[in-house]
Amino acid sequence: MDGTGAPAPVVPPARREHEGRSGGAADVYLEVQRSAAFQEVRSRYRRFVVPGVAVFFTWYVGYVVTATTAPALMARPVAGAVNVAMLAGLGQFLTTFLFTWAYARHARLRRDRAALDLRWDTQELTRSVRGGER
Amino acid sequence: MTGNHQTLALLLFSAFVAVTLAITTWVSRNRHGSAEEFYAGGRLFSPMENGFAIAGDYMSAASFLGVTGLIALFGYDGLLYVVGFLVAWLVVLFLVAELVRNCGRFTIADVVAARMSERPVRIAMGTSSVTVSVLYLVAQMVGAGSLVALLVGSTSEVARTWAVIGVGALMVIYVSMGGMRATTWIQIVKAVLLLAGAMALTVLVLLRFHGDFDQLLRAAAQRSGHGDAFLVPGLKYGGDWTARFDFISLGLALVLGTAGLPHILSRFYTVPTARAARRSAVWSIGLIGSFYLMTIVLGFGAAAIVGPEAVRRSNAAGNTAVPLLALDLGGGADSTGGTVLFAFVAAIAFATILAVVAGITLASSASVAHDLYASLRRRHAKPRSEVAVARMAAVGIGVVAIALGLLARDLNVAFLVGLAFAVAASANLPALLYSLFWRSFTTRGAVWAVYGGLVPALVLVVLSPVVSGSPTSLFPGVDFQYFPLQNPGLVSIPLGFLAGWLGTVTSAEPPDEARHAETEVRSLTGAGAV
Repeated sequence: MDGTGAPAPVVPPARREHEGRSGGAADVYLEVQRSAAFQEVRSRYRRFVVPGVAVFFTWYVGYVVTATTAPALMARPVAGAVNVAMLAGLGQFLTTFLFTWAYARHARLRRDRAALDLRWDTQELTRSVRGGER
Repeated sequence: MTGNHQTLALLLFSAFVAVTLAITTWVSRNRHGSAEEFYAGGRLFSPMENGFAIAGDYMSAASFLGVTGLIALFGYDGLLYVVGFLVAWLVVLFLVAELVRNCGRFTIADVVAARMSERPVRIAMGTSSVTVSVLYLVAQMVGAGSLVALLVGSTSEVARTWAVIGVGALMVIYVSMGGMRATTWIQIVKAVLLLAGAMALTVLVLLRFHGDFDQLLRAAAQRSGHGDAFLVPGLKYGGDWTARFDFISLGLALVLGTAGLPHILSRFYTVPTARAARRSAVWSIGLIGSFYLMTIVLGFGAAAIVGPEAVRRSNAAGNTAVPLLALDLGGGADSTGGTVLFAFVAAIAFATILAVVAGITLASSASVAHDLYASLRRRHAKPRSEVAVARMAAVGIGVVAIALGLLARDLNVAFLVGLAFAVAASANLPALLYSLFWRSFTTRGAVWAVYGGLVPALVLVVLSPVVSGSPTSLFPGVDFQYFPLQNPGLVSIPLGFLAGWLGTVTSAEPPDEARHAETEVRSLTGAGAV
């Protein structure tokens, strides 16, 4: 199901004793949101994405601003007809591919299994709540 | 242009139309008419199929013809465009694709409205989505018109008019008959054709220079008449500070706009899970990245082999650089090889316009039916009737796009695309990101974020040199130009984010804790996703 073969890191289950508690599906989502398992998944996501976005956005904006404001620097030759500007442009391609690979790998190994478990637990909880209402 | 080119290109193009129409009828034969099926293709596509379809939606005629033309004419400054188009996908992959797949059903408004009071948010997001789509559509229609002019060998108004009408009619048929499933298959066929064509031309260019990229660059720089200046930024955007700020503005709009384009976001609903959405984004980044790497070779190749003067003589904006390159690579204007290759490239470009236009029409008809109609009618429309509305909306949008395409036929295509990106980045992205990541975001914040980005973007364009006050503007005779930049992104994107923040902190309504919890849990786990 995971598709990776690698064991996903274990996180504590979200399910708590939900027998006999009242309240609708809204409470289930609040309960899951406060659970340690969900907090862990969320912080794993944010710990990767926030620095990732900061780095690639700064690198891109820096590239565009440098290209428009400092053409002399960009014109410096490196090898043959290839200059700093050409390397920086190809570097943007390269880093985009690297970031994509790193994100996909991080999500697959560090988040997918835990998110899937949380999904089943949450759906089971909402189902039992809805079932109790009927 | 000889008769052989036209006949062959028209034959190849007709074959594409026949195949796609066959797909459309085949798909619509066994459909059930549900909203799930019409908007999201039943959510049954695999990540690879969807990755190809996303790439097909994204690699528009502006990329294939426009960007290669820009590189051929202005060298490195064209490459700056390509980088922005690609890096934008990291925003989509990191912040949007999975979360949107988990939270929504058919449109962007679904995601934002999940936490807010539904009616005002849907009306705002629906309005901005339709605006973005129509701007993008008009750009493609104008492109179709000029391509036909090249193909038929005359710039006659009649030919261009009929081309725009024909493209519009076909897209309405694809969308209203086949819905998302047919549109997706058309994108896949087109993406494969486009990648194959680009790859064949790239190999031929590299063979011409014995696989030596350095030699290709030198030849391009020498032929361009600018020398080494051709290989550094500044030819197009290096003038005064207005031009430089204009480019920074465009760069921001390109990188932030993709994540707000309705027809790209609605593609993520065609796969079953968030993991599949992520994998389709990864596929599309791979495909789009390699495609843009090839357009760099093609652009410099056109500069080196065809030469900028010849390109400019054929089309002042450079839109015909690739077909001309194909003609030359095949052996020249009177050779069989040149004829075949030219016809092949022209037919692919045509197919591209047709497919992209169908994708955008579908997304905007979804916005009209699912967001605007359902909210404005103040009743809960049944899914069956909603699909009927969406079909009618596709026809209506087709008519509007044809009319605007005919009106705007002399407008610069690249500008229209840049404008669509700027509006998407200023109106859709702030509302989307805030509602996914900001705990205290409120309904008023969402509505202000949308209008606070949409209105300034449009007003600034009206006051810009694009519309008045310069010889190349839409109304050269009058002058109400108060804003110097052609692209409003630099001002309107921060305004959109600011308005969203301002609306939130000034609103009396407390944020709904429980619904925020639901959005957050759903976005990261997929619980309750359809």
